[in-house]
This record gives sequence, C-alpha cells and structure tokens, in this order.
Amino acid sequence: MKNTPVQLHVITRIVAFIILAFSVFLFFAGHNNPGGGFIGGLMTAAALVLLYLSFDLKTIKRVIPFNYSKIIGAGLLIAILTGIVGMLFGFPFLTQFDEYYHIPLLGETHAASALPFDLGIYLVVVGFTLLVILTVAEDDS
Amino acid sequence: MNNLVILPILIPLLMGVILIFFKDSKSVQRTVSVISVGLMIAVSAYLTYIVYTEGIQTTELGDWPAPFGIVLVADLLSSSLVALSSLLSLVCLFFAYQTFSAERERNFFHPFFLFLMVGVNGSFLTGDLFNLFVFFEVMLISSFILISMGSKQYQLRESLKYVIINTVSSMFFVAAIAYIYGVTGTLNMADLAVKIGELEQTGVISVIAVLFLFVFGTKSAIFPLYYWLPHSYFAPPAAIAALFGGLLTKVGVYTIMRTYTLIFPHDQTVFQILLIFGGLTMFIGVLGAVSQFDFKRILAVHIVSQVGYMIMGIGIFTPLAIAGTFYFLAHNIIVKSALFLFAGVAEKITGTSHLKQMSGLLKTHPYVGWLFLITALSLAGIPPLSGFFGKFALIIAGFDAGNYFVIAVSLATGVLTLFSMMKIFMTSFWGEVKMPDPQAKDKKVGSLLIPILPLVALTILLGVAAEPFMQFSLELAEQLMDPSEYINSVLNKE
Amino acid sequence: MEILMILTVGVLFTVATYMILSKSMLRVIIGVVILSHGAHLLFLTLSGLKQGAPPLLGEEASAYTDPLPQALILTAIVIGFGITAFMLVLAYRTYKAHKTDNLDELRGTEDE
Repeated sequence: MKNTPVQLHVITRIVAFIILAFSVFLFFAGHNNPGGGFIGGLMTAAALVLLYLSFDLKTIKRVIPFNYSKIIGAGLLIAILTGIVGMLFGFPFLTQFDEYYHIPLLGETHAASALPFDLGIYLVVVGFTLLVILTVAEDDS
Repeated sequence: MNNLVILPILIPLLMGVILIFFKDSKSVQRTVSVISVGLMIAVSAYLTYIVYTEGIQTTELGDWPAPFGIVLVADLLSSSLVALSSLLSLVCLFFAYQTFSAERERNFFHPFFLFLMVGVNGSFLTGDLFNLFVFFEVMLISSFILISMGSKQYQLRESLKYVIINTVSSMFFVAAIAYIYGVTGTLNMADLAVKIGELEQTGVISVIAVLFLFVFGTKSAIFPLYYWLPHSYFAPPAAIAALFGGLLTKVGVYTIMRTYTLIFPHDQTVFQILLIFGGLTMFIGVLGAVSQFDFKRILAVHIVSQVGYMIMGIGIFTPLAIAGTFYFLAHNIIVKSALFLFAGVAEKITGTSHLKQMSGLLKTHPYVGWLFLITALSLAGIPPLSGFFGKFALIIAGFDAGNYFVIAVSLATGVLTLFSMMKIFMTSFWGEVKMPDPQAKDKKVGSLLIPILPLVALTILLGVAAEPFMQFSLELAEQLMDPSEYINSVLNKE
Repeated sequence: MEILMILTVGVLFTVATYMILSKSMLRVIIGVVILSHGAHLLFLTLSGLKQGAPPLLGEEASAYTDPLPQALILTAIVIGFGITAFMLVLAYRTYKAHKTDNLDELRGTEDE
C-alpha cells in the first residue's frame, strides 16, 4: 500500500495558489517597486516545484503539459522582440518607452515596454528552473 | 549612434532562440543556422568597411548616454575580429554537417552554436567591463554545453574540469570588477581610461591590472594557467575543437589587448610581467607539443605556445608590435582551426588520432596531405605564408625595443614548432600505408576538404599579399596605441 | 560595518579555497558557489555600503544609494545560478558515468 501524505497534499493545494498569486503580484510590482520578472518567475517556479514534490511527477505532468524548453524559447523571443521593436523606429536596441493611460476600473495605469521584457524574463526563469529540477528528478525514476 | 554595431550580436541571438522551437527538424536547423551565419558575415564585413572609412562606430543600448549605460563600440580591431570569427563559424558549421551524427544535431547543437557566437561577438564589441563579463559567460556556458555534448566518459570528466576552472576565473573577474568600480566608480572602458589616467594611486591600479591578467590569462591559457586547455580541447569532435581552438583563447587575448592598451597603459611593470609570461608560455607550450604523440593533442598544446607570441607582442607594446600581434592573431585564428579540421579529416579516414597508429596518408589521400603541409608550414612561420609575417613584425618590434632575450626564445620556439609540425607530417602522412581501419584507403573525403579550402586560401593570401594587410594592421595598431579616438567617440566629445 | 563585511568576504574566500582544493567533486562545486558569494559581497562592499534611501521612485530623500552595483550583482547572481545548475547536472552525469566523485580517480590515463 502506498503511503499518501494527506496533510502535505491538503496544504499544498492551498499554499501553491497563495504563492502563485503572490508571484503575479510581484511580477506586476516590478520596475518601479521591488519585484519583477526574475523574482516573480522564481516564486512561480517554487510553487510548481512544491506541487511536483507533494504529488508525483506523472500526475502533475498530466495537469501541466508544458514543454519547458519551449517556454524558455518563448520567453527569450518575447524579450528580444521587445528590444527590436525600438530598433524599427530608429532608436537603439532595448530602448524603453512608457506612457500613462486611463483604463476603466483600474484607474491611472502605467504602461511600459519594460513589462513585456519582464514577461520574457519571467517565462525564462520559470522554464529554466523547472527544466533543471525535472531533468535531474526524471533521471532517477 | 549606429544600430549596425548590435547586429552581429542580435542576429545569432534571435535565430538561436527561434531554433529552440524547431528542435526536431534537421533541415530547418541547418538552413536557419547557415542563413544567420551568412548574415553575420555580411553585416560584420560591412561594419568593418564602415569603421575603416568613417571611423569608430558606437551604439548606446537603451538610449542611455555613454558612461551610464552600456555602450557597444566597433573599432578596427573588434570589427575585423568579428568578421573573422563569423567566417570561421561558417566553416566549422559546414564541417560539422558532414561529421556530426543526427543525435548530436538534435540535442540543441545549433542554438548553442549560435549563442556561442553571440558571446564571442559580444565580447569583441562591448565597451563596458561588466557587459564583457556577461558576454564571457554567455560564451562560456555555450562552450560548456558544446564541449560536454555527447557525454562520453572522458568527455564528461574533462568538461567538468574545464567548467570549474573557468567558473573560478569568472568569479575572480567579478572581484576584479568590484575593485575597479570601488576605485573609479565607473565600468565604461573609455571612461575608465580617462579616470585611471587622472588617478594618483598607481599601486591599486597595478594590483587590479594583475588581477585582470589572472582572469584573462586563465581564459587565454597563458603560462602558469594553461593546464586546463590540452585535455579539454582534446575531448570534443573536430568541428567544435576547431572553433574553440580558433576562437575562445583568442577572445582572452583580445581582452588583454583591449584592457592593456586602453585602461592600463601607464603601468610599465605589468608589461614586463607580460613579456616574461609570454616567453614562458610560448616555450613551455611548444615543449608540451613536442612531447605529445597525438594529432589533436599536439595542436591543442600548440594553442598555448601561440598565445605566448601574442602576449609577447602586447608586452613589447610598440605600434609595430601591436600590429604584429593582430596579424599573428588573425593568422592563428585561421590556421589553427584549419589544422584542427585536418585532424578531424585524418581521424575520419583512419579512425584514430594517434600518430603511431597511422601512416601513409599521403599515398592514399594526397590532397589532404599537401593541404595540411601548407597549413602546418604556415603555423611554423615559413615564408611566404601568413605565419611568417606576423612573427617577422613581432621580432622586428622586439629588436627595436631591445628585448633580445624574449626574441631569442621566440626564435627557438619557432624551430620547435616546425619540428612538431613535421613530426605529424612525417609519421602520419609519409611512410608505408598503415591504418587500423582496413577500408581506410578507399574513403572519400573530398567533401570534407571543401570547408577547409577557404582557410588554406586565406593563409596563402595573408602571406602573398601581406603588404595591404600589414598596412591595415598598422592603422589598427595606431588606433589602439592612441586611445583618444576611442574615448572621444564613446563619450561623444568632439 | 565595512570592516565586518571585508572580514566576511575574507572568510568566504578562505572557505571557498579550502573547498575547491578538496578531492570530492561536490565539495569543489560548493566551493565555487561560496567563492561567487564572496565575490558578490566584495562588490557590494567596495561600491560603498548604505549611503542613503533606496533608489526607488516613491522615496523622498536627499541622497540615494548607488543602484548600479545592486543591478550588476543581481546579474552576476543570475549567471551564477545558471552555471551552478549546469555544474551540478554535469557533476551528476560524471558521477553516473564514472561511479566515483573522487577527483583523484578522474585524472584520466595516457592512452585515451
């Protein structure tokens, strides 16, 4: 009979979502306040690793069927393209633009081209961390 | 401001990222890599032309003004090295297509090959010390992956050592950057040149200069720090070994050239150290090569010896010596990679790279033999091939500066280089036909030679038409010896 | 405070050197990681410890701390993170292939 750690499962289900929500908050807090793509990505990766730890690999693979190396690629692509957009308008690579917009419900919103760049970093960090951990973990089984 | 400067970095980066999505399609991988390397060659050749006609080009990344943001600078030295390395990468790519197994190509070989070029081109073009560290790491981590790809037993073992030694030296790089930032408060190389020129305390600067020498010396394998090189460059297959042997140590030499001409030119003791280490490096390197009996190992140890010549050139520190150093650097990038590729061809034919197990290649494959001989003689510095003129300029410069002892060492090294090259030629190409593989005689390797031909042609061209190339090197050396143009174009002072 | 930091850096470098010179593969890697921490701490110390408010938009202060070293150290940490992960996987593969983590036994032989 397999020994199922019930407490771990129950707590993980709740805590993982709290961590994920906090990671999204950190991601959007970035640029002008502490936070950003890197730390948000690490936090998300931590939540996912917690899931992998408490449930087994196969179950989570069914729930999250992503190919992490493709996620790294997507993240890098987004980050690079953000840099190239500026070049098309004759600015140097990686020039950033920002503007304040008034959006209903959200009020005054700061839209910066640093955000898609951060999204790229976020994806790279999540993909990288999980890829490394899963590669070693899968090798054993 | 000119966005052209970033293109040699951006093209391989973007293409490499795109290739991550096409992991399983061999034809897409190959076409995209060749297209991107071809574009890199075109852009870098054009960049060199622009720099030659219009002067130094810069790009301020993110539109941040110079001493505060990261700036990319293309002067004659960096742009011509970018062009050379792009050409070399195309050659190695074509050679890899014909020798690599499908398995290897599927395991992200192409993206990391392109990322390696990002690191190499970035290290050549950047004008910021910390950015140099970042590009070094991009280059190193790609090289770690390329060198350990395949996971054979000895390969894993040697790449582990390579990784650890290079990482330790990278950490010292961070420490050196910390010291120089603590002393001057800037990391922009042009700004550093100005600030260090104004600084009173020369003692601190000498310490920092030696710390940088340790870091770059480990990467470029100079005398006490070369021990990692022969084994690690023996491990990967020929196409990758050629790229590493041709480029990676030269990036280290380039950084020594750049930092010592721009940031630390005031310190005479450091140049004395460079001279001594240059002499020791070349002599001990060639002794190692003479003692080896393996095709690839001889070439790998020879890299150390040739790096010694370049370090000697920087140590002499006159315009002619710097010009000679550049000439020798360019010659060495071409010739060394060609020789590694010949080692790959010989290994493909005979199935071994050990000299005692093969002989008589000249009878079965005469073209390989004679082309190898031309390249080997060029490495040894026989006129009228390219190696001669680089060494000639260095030796003349050494006589002018009165460094007779180092010159004597370098001449003795030249003789021993010739000896070890002839050892390869006589044991493996001359003599009775003897190979471990009985079918070796009938193996066709004509298509393998095609990528090497441009390299052999270049070494002959650099030798026969040395006059215009030497003129170019002298102009380049003048630009390096008088950094005011570099400083002004970076800091936008007219 | 600077003295304390410099002493910490010294201790870290000493420990790292000791670990790198040991024979176990894993210890060497931990040594490299500690060395990187030492280097980052050195950077932080040499560029001047806290001199003002954090360099954020909301702070109203007369002096701000130099944000550049922190950005650079963060970059270096990320790079170190990647390289450490790679080294650990490589060491793991080497261990599996050679069945030993003693570096003395990984010297290699002449006839390869």
